[in-house]
Amino acid sequence: MGDGPPTLWEWFARNWQTGRVGSISDLLGDHLLMSLVPIVAGLVLALPLGLASVRWRWLYQPTSGVFNVIYALPSLPVFMLLISVTGLSPVTVIIPLTFYAMAVLIPAVVDGLGSVPDHVRQSAVAMGFTPLRRLVQVELPIAAPVVLGGLRVVAVSSISLVSVGALIGQGGLGMLFTRAYQNPFLPPVIVGIVLIVLLALVVDGLLVLCQRLLTPWVRARGTS
Amino acid sequence: MITFDAVTKRYPDGTTAVDRLSLEAPTGEITVFVGPSGCGKTTSLRMINRMIDATEGKILLDGEPVQGIDPPTLRRGIGYVIQQAGLFPHRKIVDNVATVPFLLGWSRKKARDRAMELLERVGLDLSLAERYPFQLSGGQQQRVGVARALAADPPVLLMDEPFSAVDPVVRTSLQDELLRLQAELNKTIIFVTHDIDEAIKLGDRVAVLRVGGQLAQLAAPKTLLSEPADDFVREFLGRDRGIRRLQFVPTAGLPLRTDLTVPEGHDGTADEPWLLAVTPDDRPVGWISKDRPGQLEQFGTFLYGQDPLRSALDAALLSPSGHAVAVDETGQVAGVLTRKALDQAMMEAADG
Repeated sequence: MGDGPPTLWEWFARNWQTGRVGSISDLLGDHLLMSLVPIVAGLVLALPLGLASVRWRWLYQPTSGVFNVIYALPSLPVFMLLISVTGLSPVTVIIPLTFYAMAVLIPAVVDGLGSVPDHVRQSAVAMGFTPLRRLVQVELPIAAPVVLGGLRVVAVSSISLVSVGALIGQGGLGMLFTRAYQNPFLPPVIVGIVLIVLLALVVDGLLVLCQRLLTPWVRARGTS
Repeated sequence: MITFDAVTKRYPDGTTAVDRLSLEAPTGEITVFVGPSGCGKTTSLRMINRMIDATEGKILLDGEPVQGIDPPTLRRGIGYVIQQAGLFPHRKIVDNVATVPFLLGWSRKKARDRAMELLERVGLDLSLAERYPFQLSGGQQQRVGVARALAADPPVLLMDEPFSAVDPVVRTSLQDELLRLQAELNKTIIFVTHDIDEAIKLGDRVAVLRVGGQLAQLAAPKTLLSEPADDFVREFLGRDRGIRRLQFVPTAGLPLRTDLTVPEGHDGTADEPWLLAVTPDDRPVGWISKDRPGQLEQFGTFLYGQDPLRSALDAALLSPSGHAVAVDETGQVAGVLTRKALDQAMMEAADG
């Protein structure tokens, strides 16, 4: 360790756990919180809305329209706008990301339920399933692969989008980028990018694992 | 017994799918609904388990109107088989079969044991039990569909074109399997098809429906072929109605000649133009013609007393001798049905 600038690894080791606010491990924790909460909340909210859109077909167009418009809004001004309501807190990042997640997941739920073959639904009715039981035991399990596919997209995009929150001081690992902006010094940027990509890969991997465990019957494409 | 009492299904747009249908499907028999598309056969079937509700009239299940029974409860007591089997892709075969027992609240073990028993019964290898539907062939899936419909031992079975999506060879074996099962189980079965041959093969009684949902004729297959009610039924039955009627004429009691069989290697010298060569244990080898003594000609056989006259005619047409070889269950020659005796039998069949 000479007098020159620290190497990437030295910088990372020194800043991982500093005991002060803003150490890399803290940022990683914030990042996880601000990306995972929207993924879970998005799914929990998209399920009933998706189900309602299937049950009452006329509801689907307006619902998906509204969420598409929200999805089209640039995240930064939305964050700014929300500051007046929720202040400079993680909630300000979590709320828009939840809406973005819903914009992807509502169609996924609708398409997933649409992927249930008609003869399968008919035979469930004919065998005496009540509507609720049919939904829980037949339709949702068959919709699961499509919904999980949407969830993977949402997971990766949420993890990546959290960093924009850095501009309002709530960006998780994204904070490493704003520091570099103030002081042209490369290691934080590289560490930030690598950690965000790693985080996305790990979460995506976990979802793929879930998919394997939950839907062992999806081995061949295009079979019913 | 299932009773249709002046049942009508009319849709809000004014189309009538079923028009004052009245008929009885007797307990323990197969009643086939057959007709061209748009004749309301599937609609009629689905009104029995209330997947569609009748607009007017009553459907009675052993005297009780189905309209008064809560649909899920009603349906759990009625087996249902559809065209693409409708298996649940996310459940293993054994759990697919155990669906209705699960719904009825049976214990997991009891339901699965019952499912295994049924898989065996419909002729499926038990190693398939732990697979998923997509790993099975169409014919196997359809067998699973039948096993699933039978799982809770319902007295009534509804079958909606169950075999029309599989190839003809598999279809024939599934039909034979159904008849074999029905001989053991004696269910009250309503079977919907657009294939008149299937209707005639499977039905104890066949209801022919015309477009607009009216009953054109309800009769046993034999009567249907010999006495079609009107031109519509006649046309629907198709061209080989005469030949198909022979399906219902028995061969028991037909006179057989037993003096035409000779041992293998016979030189063919006799007064008869054709002699049947047989092995020492009486199995047919071929016909010997008086004109070409050194040569064996093809032969056709039918199971005497069990196969219908149609099979005997087919056997006769397969051989240049024009005679049919009657065999018993062990494959031994019982005698020869000559062309002359066959002509006589067909003449009698045509009379009555």
